[in-house]
Amino acid sequence: MAFLSFKGGVHPPERKNFSEKESIKQLPLPEKVYMYLSNHIGAPAKLIVEPGQKVKTGQKIAEANGFISANLHSPVTGQVTEVVKMLNAASGKNDDVVIITREADDDWELVKHNSDYTEFKPEEISEIIKEAGIVGLGGAMFPAHVKLSIPKDKKAEVLVINAAECEPYLTIDHRMMLEKTDEILKGIEIIKYALGIKNAKVGIENNKPDAIKLMKEKASKYPQTEILELKTKYPQGAEKQLITAVTGKEVPSGKLPIDIGAVVFNVSTVYAVYDAVINGKPLVERGITITGEAVKNPGNFWYRIGTTVDDLLRLSGVKTENPEKVLYGGPMMGIPLPKTELPTFKGNNGLTFFSSESNKDRETMPCIRCSYCVMSCPIHLQPYLLKRFVDQRNYDEAVNNGILDCIECGSCSYGCPSNIDLAKTFKTGKKVIRAMKQRRV
Amino acid sequence: MALNTSAAPHLRTKDSTRKVMIDVLIALMPAVIVSSVVYGLKALIVMLSCMVGAELFELFIMKVLRNKKNFRPDFSAAVTGLLLGMNVSIAVQWWQILIGVIFAIGVGKHVFGGLGQNMFNPALVGRVFMIISFPTAMTTWLKPGVTDLVTTATPLAIAKESYGTAVNFSQLMANNNINYMDLFLGKISGSMGEISAAALLIGFIYLVVRGRIKINIPVFYVGTVVIFSSIMYFINNSYGTPLFHVLTGGLIIGALFMATDMVTSPMTFKGQMIYGIGLGVITMVIRYIGSYPEGVSFAILIMNAFVPLIDIWAKPKIYGTVKKEAKI
Repeated sequence: MAFLSFKGGVHPPERKNFSEKESIKQLPLPEKVYMYLSNHIGAPAKLIVEPGQKVKTGQKIAEANGFISANLHSPVTGQVTEVVKMLNAASGKNDDVVIITREADDDWELVKHNSDYTEFKPEEISEIIKEAGIVGLGGAMFPAHVKLSIPKDKKAEVLVINAAECEPYLTIDHRMMLEKTDEILKGIEIIKYALGIKNAKVGIENNKPDAIKLMKEKASKYPQTEILELKTKYPQGAEKQLITAVTGKEVPSGKLPIDIGAVVFNVSTVYAVYDAVINGKPLVERGITITGEAVKNPGNFWYRIGTTVDDLLRLSGVKTENPEKVLYGGPMMGIPLPKTELPTFKGNNGLTFFSSESNKDRETMPCIRCSYCVMSCPIHLQPYLLKRFVDQRNYDEAVNNGILDCIECGSCSYGCPSNIDLAKTFKTGKKVIRAMKQRRV
Repeated sequence: MALNTSAAPHLRTKDSTRKVMIDVLIALMPAVIVSSVVYGLKALIVMLSCMVGAELFELFIMKVLRNKKNFRPDFSAAVTGLLLGMNVSIAVQWWQILIGVIFAIGVGKHVFGGLGQNMFNPALVGRVFMIISFPTAMTTWLKPGVTDLVTTATPLAIAKESYGTAVNFSQLMANNNINYMDLFLGKISGSMGEISAAALLIGFIYLVVRGRIKINIPVFYVGTVVIFSSIMYFINNSYGTPLFHVLTGGLIIGALFMATDMVTSPMTFKGQMIYGIGLGVITMVIRYIGSYPEGVSFAILIMNAFVPLIDIWAKPKIYGTVKKEAKI
């Protein structure tokens, strides 16, 4: 049988067996949480509490500052201790962080909710999702309510649910589908209702046959939600590649999925929507996979956002052995942490610990034009050529050859026999180009 | 404790350029063995010394002339050296081959900047240099399987005599004791490494299985040769059968191992297609009307020169865009 897919891509070792059989364990509450005001893409949230103030679990502590921004809620019941600057490993900058010390067990402050979501108008659902501070939990952390507010001249046609989990090692989306199946399927209905559309397509990589089977069984109740099997290939779960795999259409360069009528949500985000609309819980907790060669007992856990990596290890009882590299996320697009005292984000679906053996530095050699990078680029760019342009600071040619379309998936760097850091070059190249553009305006 | 924060992706292929080169060397071994059986121990010694000599000369260039103290051999020069050794007649003197190897590595590769920078296939640069410098030795062929060295013409040179005449081709083959099985297995005269199509194919299959080769190039190259020679064969059968043209004149070693040289061939599917077709056409034009009976070396060098242009022209369509006209 031919599975749905896209052109290009690579097959890194999956290594999901470390944690795919481990059910999601609820972790005890942390004593202290650290909330970045920049816990999403867009403008940092505006702080609305003061040091010394008591807060409840789920109480709003910072407010969306502009359209592309998101609310922030306290993950514990306690007291706001202070606001400090802390390193944000994702941006490399020092960002504002609110520190909250837990003083009691959970005393929830909920958002508006109703077990029958059809009691709400579609716009009200969108409002609840905004109020609950829900962002894309697949890693991008794009505010969810923005995706739900469709521009006047565009029309949503299909809801695409990203359950590919193409990142090696990570298994939390897989476990969510096995353990929260009904909630996720209902969450899909809620989002469809908010968008005013009928069809949803759920894309799952075929390395998760148990999840596909269960989702298919339970989705029979919802005839307009299709469960689709995707070929296991990286980056099958990249937004554009997923849309192409399930709809056959390409998102035009420089445009958004909505331009071809698609709205994409990750499965964990769908669960967060369900939890907010049905149970009234703002986004303060989520699932995470803690895994890697340097982890003795990998697993999947339900934790409070803002817990530090160190605290997560303590609370979960996960033992690590001489980790040499620690990542937010999985090995392909994960962000390396300089130290483990750093807090987690809303978008943290995984923590991967590499030992020095599993992460040996390899010798970089000259490009031998083997064409692996060209063949594997899911955007059909020519990485070897872009690298040359960026190295020569010939940014105009780099733009002409599509560098701004690069999704930074790292497929090119993964397969390069000469171990050339292609993706890293494009990441910095894009930053320089964007900065230059801004200066010109 | 300081953690490593090197850039994503944090998982990389276990492949390396060195492993690619070693695989190519392994893939060439069946042909080296057949040649040693056909032409004797001397052939083995010549080919292996070309391989080792080229690598040593590159080491000298890198460490002494270019002062790269950290350079570790990557075996790309060994591939060049071995291919050059395989592409000369056993009648060539050892010092002539040595000059060829030095030219191939020095001028064919390092003048351009070393690994990955050369525009032309260095082994062929060396070979063509030798054809010009030592024309007699390079076109003297020895009869295989005979202990006393008897000179003979290659099948392609025999065939060239009668292109476009009223000679019946199958009669010609029979008169000269040429049969397809010998051509396939390697019991013919020719360059040391080119004679056995079978051995080269085994090596090719190994590279395909290991995913080390731009497979589209030989497909389009050989395909074009077959189509071109079929047309000519139907016009006048003295031009030779398509199978004859595929099995002779180094086409197999050229198509499988020289045209597919990663550094000097195009990067995209469309580019490799154009390149392969161009190679086929030029090879056959040289064979039919050029002054050399073969044509593979020149065809590859000529097409090498077009690779930068082909790469610009044959850009893949970027995801989410409409195809734009290529600008040069």
